Amino acid sequence: MAPTSPASARRAGRRSPLATTALLVVGLLATGGAYALATTTATAETTAASAQLIDEGGKLFAANCASCHGLDAEGTAAGPTLIGAGALAVDFQVGTGRMPMAASGPQAEVKPVQFTQEQIDAMAAWVADLAPGPAVPADRYIAGDGDAAIGAELFRINCAMCHNVAGAGGALTEGKWAPGLAGVDPVHIYGAMVTGPQNMPVFSDLNLTPEEKNDIITYLLYIEENPSVGGWDLGSLGPVSEGLFIWIFGLGGLVAVTIWLTAKSN
Amino acid sequence: MADAHDGPDNGENAGTAVARQDDHDAPAPAVAVVRADRIPNPGFPPERLRVTDLDPKKAKQAERTISVLFFLSVIGSVLAVAAYILFPIEEGDPSTIRLNNMLIGVGITLGLLGIGIGAVHWSKALMHGHEEVEQRHPTRGSDESRERAVEIFREANAESGFTRRSLVRNSLIGALVATPIPAIALFRDLAPAEDPVALLKQTMWETGTRLARDPSGTPIKASEVTIGSAFHVIPEGLAELESHRLEEKAKAAVLLMRLPVDELNEREDRADWSYDGIVAYSKICTHVGCPVALYEQQTHHLLCPCHQSQFDVANHCEVIFGPAARPLPQLPITVDEEGYLVAKSDFTEPVGPSFWERQL
Repeated sequence: MAPTSPASARRAGRRSPLATTALLVVGLLATGGAYALATTTATAETTAASAQLIDEGGKLFAANCASCHGLDAEGTAAGPTLIGAGALAVDFQVGTGRMPMAASGPQAEVKPVQFTQEQIDAMAAWVADLAPGPAVPADRYIAGDGDAAIGAELFRINCAMCHNVAGAGGALTEGKWAPGLAGVDPVHIYGAMVTGPQNMPVFSDLNLTPEEKNDIITYLLYIEENPSVGGWDLGSLGPVSEGLFIWIFGLGGLVAVTIWLTAKSN
Repeated sequence: MADAHDGPDNGENAGTAVARQDDHDAPAPAVAVVRADRIPNPGFPPERLRVTDLDPKKAKQAERTISVLFFLSVIGSVLAVAAYILFPIEEGDPSTIRLNNMLIGVGITLGLLGIGIGAVHWSKALMHGHEEVEQRHPTRGSDESRERAVEIFREANAESGFTRRSLVRNSLIGALVATPIPAIALFRDLAPAEDPVALLKQTMWETGTRLARDPSGTPIKASEVTIGSAFHVIPEGLAELESHRLEEKAKAAVLLMRLPVDELNEREDRADWSYDGIVAYSKICTHVGCPVALYEQQTHHLLCPCHQSQFDVANHCEVIFGPAARPLPQLPITVDEEGYLVAKSDFTEPVGPSFWERQL
């Protein structure tokens, strides 16, 4: 290869000062255009998907729920209307197995969940499509990463009278009860607060903000994960289980010791 | 036993079971009729010897058991100290409290139970085990000692001049009477300084006091109370109180609920005490003052967790079950121009359980 002069080499390798700018513009246009194209397609797909989801939910509803709630979810003598109940109510009731109800009784019981999460989402989408209602919360409100101390105070004021200060549950009137809260999915705790299932009062976001609800979830997760500082909590039921224990085993032990003290040795 | 007391010779009788048994058959003085069919005293069953009395090997075994128990006690005491040092309570980690308390407790329990069980086992299995009867000594002292006691009093009186020097005696009595007076003055102030009856009859609620959330103290708008909601309410300003906050809260705590308007049965005279289905009732049970807050939003029943009194929110919280004597007092509410819920007045009757001076 014949050696070239430095000047000619520079000329041959030299780009126009505008080349960089032009390249940038072309690049930006290409990526931006591609992105725009891709996102429009995605939105269209989402709309189609949610329409399909709602359609599927409607079918599931007609097959499994309509006998009590009415074909258009308008409610019957056997069940309340679901217009305005919202996706969150469906997610709570069906997601915990409370619905479909096995039999009418003082309150719907937790059962093995009857549907897959996709089916539940479909029914929730269909109910949410009827009228606006509470939606499933964003993940950050059910992450359980809030302030457990604030959550504990809010829980004591708003929840503990029915659910017990350690979330162990308790009895209500005429065969109803407040369930224990250990092992309950955070989204269902959140859903119960917002929708007020059955006889539970509603704690809307205007009463307890989503952040405060996250604090309460944090507290419940905390007491679930950390064993009671005071030792054996006997189900956290308070004086009932503790009283039974001390009357049977405490006093029983004392009686056994007095018998042993006074009995003659073999 | 009427025949067995006077005289110093009694001491010889005490503790001899045989003599005593004979006494049973003799007629007691002042008993006119001697019963012929009296059941004879069967005496004691033959004494059964323990295995440790009969078999030296068993005795040796019991000895070892007892010493093992005492050694266990030593180990327990050492364990407690070791646990205290090795598993300290760390600040900010409550789970360490559990481990620390449990290990110290197990150590000390072992320490005490080892001594206790060992000592009892020792006395039961190895110590002298013959059955004996020990009779009660007569209560009355001998005439000699009684006379001597009176004499001591006389001597003391003569030597101290207690009856002779009446000025000293009387001033001493005066001083003794005066000593409890400071206690009366000090403990008297434990009683409420103000008239407690007046305090029981009124709460912090006044005309225009806003209803606020417990515990934050932020006021509540009527529009924020959705149907089926239950709000735990304190008067606005209570959260900022610097003194007697809990006392005020104990009287002023309110439960705010919203019912569908058509499910609320209101009396004529209280028709304007609610706002669009929103009602406010005292949270203090009229039975013994527990917080009534177990609200069922479909049945509109309020349940008191202490004694199961039930109140019907739809019918002015009348008692439908349980020991409560009166409905829960209702707080008359309305909204101010900014849309916040406010009290129209204080409760119109004293909240909480009955007291002597209660008139309503």
